[in-house]
Amino acid sequence: MTHRANRILQVAGLARVEGEGSLHVRTKGDQVESVELAIYEPPRFFEAFLRGRDFREPPDITARVCGICPVAYQLSACRAIEDACGADVGHRLRALRRLLYCGEWISSHTLHIYLLHAPDFLGFPDGIAMAAAHRETVERGLALKKAGNLIMETIGGRAIHPVNVRVGGFYRVPEFPELRALADTLRHALDDALETVRWVSGFDFPDLDVPHDLLALRDTDGYPLDRGEPVVSTGLRFPSSEFGEHVAEHQVPHSTALHARLDGRMFLTGPLARYTLNSDRLSPLAVSVAADAGLETSCRNPFRSIVVRAVEVVYAVEEALRIIETYERPDRPFVEVSPRAAVGHGITEAPRGLLYHRYEIDAGGRILSADIVPPTAQNQPAIEHDVARLVGRHAALDDHALVSLCERAIRNYDPCISCSAHFLDLTREHR
Amino acid sequence: MLSIAVWKFTSCDGCQLTLLDCEDELLPLTEKVKFAHFTEMTSVSEPGPYDISLVEGSVTTAAEAERIQRIREQSAVLVVIGACATAGGIQALRNFADVDEFRSVVYARPDYIETLATSTAIAEHVKVDYELRGCPIDKGQLLELLTALAAGRAPDLPDTSVCTECKRRGLTCVMVAHGTPCLGPVTHAGCGALCPAVNRGCYGCFGPMKQPNVPALVPLLRRSGMGDDELHLVFSTFNTAAEWS
Repeated sequence: MTHRANRILQVAGLARVEGEGSLHVRTKGDQVESVELAIYEPPRFFEAFLRGRDFREPPDITARVCGICPVAYQLSACRAIEDACGADVGHRLRALRRLLYCGEWISSHTLHIYLLHAPDFLGFPDGIAMAAAHRETVERGLALKKAGNLIMETIGGRAIHPVNVRVGGFYRVPEFPELRALADTLRHALDDALETVRWVSGFDFPDLDVPHDLLALRDTDGYPLDRGEPVVSTGLRFPSSEFGEHVAEHQVPHSTALHARLDGRMFLTGPLARYTLNSDRLSPLAVSVAADAGLETSCRNPFRSIVVRAVEVVYAVEEALRIIETYERPDRPFVEVSPRAAVGHGITEAPRGLLYHRYEIDAGGRILSADIVPPTAQNQPAIEHDVARLVGRHAALDDHALVSLCERAIRNYDPCISCSAHFLDLTREHR
Repeated sequence: MLSIAVWKFTSCDGCQLTLLDCEDELLPLTEKVKFAHFTEMTSVSEPGPYDISLVEGSVTTAAEAERIQRIREQSAVLVVIGACATAGGIQALRNFADVDEFRSVVYARPDYIETLATSTAIAEHVKVDYELRGCPIDKGQLLELLTALAAGRAPDLPDTSVCTECKRRGLTCVMVAHGTPCLGPVTHAGCGALCPAVNRGCYGCFGPMKQPNVPALVPLLRRSGMGDDELHLVFSTFNTAAEWS
């Protein structure tokens, strides 16, 4: 390769970041001067136009923030509003919500694993090209993804932007025969999920060990999905209502996505954080397949996040089956939720990390203010930091190889970001 | 083999995700069509021209207004998919508000943020050949459209209301039987009456049907308990900038 003292790597058009982004790396000699992950997705102003809306509307409206994880938005919104109104849906409705969320985890994780992420490890541009060489493998992934979507259709009424979720519960709760049919599909899906862990654990993982603080929910009775209390790898824990006191967003000139800091430090949320802080909460089967896949009780290598996701899919399929087997049909599909003047906070674990919603409502149920902190905003500074380390460590690579490595590194974190890491154009500049 | 390009404008990615949600049909489909550009799925991007462009999202920046012109020039058939592309999406709520005020609510430094004062449908910028409604679009309609175009025939897309689909499914009318407000009579068909099937009134995510008779529906919605505020809100969601009357 030709060695240049100064170079600028430019990646225009990261896709799959719930929109659009680009990467700009500037080096001087062996030093990385700056890494900017720019999310230039045009803003849609959800927090602005939620003001004045009715307190029952956020589950439907905020689902439209992301087509890949609408359930996360719906359930964080429901929990925040129910928190404001002092409502509790009870364990039966809560179990159905968790089942719905399992569907989203299975579907979203499997999409990422098979169609967006695995092609990186096997040298294909996409899942379709990969299918030409590994047809049965891709078909297995699609079947597993379909099982996740079937949960969302059965419980939520639709896989993308489900229609059956409301503040207080659901519009309609399923009958036993519907769930039995679902269980038949999920028993096959469990085999596919186990095979997925075996498959991805055989990939070749570059070494990387990220030092960031990790933030995830921790739940008293299980792996965190639909509820829990925020905990940090430093030992800090705090109630959801104090999220805004610890996690502060600030704006950077190069991105329409805000950057978050946890008590002033960059941090990571998502599969690595969830697993590292909650591996003791996994089911015995998930613990055992994680060990077989070479995972220890914590994982700080972002390239191995694909293995963690696969283990989480095993857990989600098992958990969905457990909920179905112990299903007690709620007497009513929802509990009444009456508005009162209050502020509510809701946090759940989206497939790609912790998702915080905060609403202030008045006594008539009108929303006065809204705040939404998505996982991508929280992870962005840490992603930039990790890309900078990789660039520094692999400075000897030519620009093409280095850009590919950066794209892969970004794709490790989150399907929303990772999809944007396709169609990267590289421009070189001599300074 | 038909070449297909998939383009994203201002949106949530949900409509193009519908392609990847065709789990049983995706691999067989790729034997008939080639995805020449589809950022959500592949890192390969082939230059145009393309036989079919699928466009998701609305136009909310000056750059997007220019980009759609170039895409139109490169596309034999241009199909818009979803409520953002067909009606501006929920982000078109800015069309009735002060976008500078919106910007200052969300951003500490609003001057860094480039955006137009409006969110507009693709058809307001270029000629559109087909449109698929919905927030999100329906998988069955998408497959019908692609297989029809691949076979060189006209796609069979509905232009009736959600009510017709509800009746075809044999569902009990939620408005007549339970007094639940429902936009089914004025909403474009295509979802298969999902909301009435879960005992919920249609909330109009497929936008207005052809010649919707909203004035006839409003008294029924009022009788079901909707006041002025609720009537305003229910027509101001995912198709807020569409022609409801």
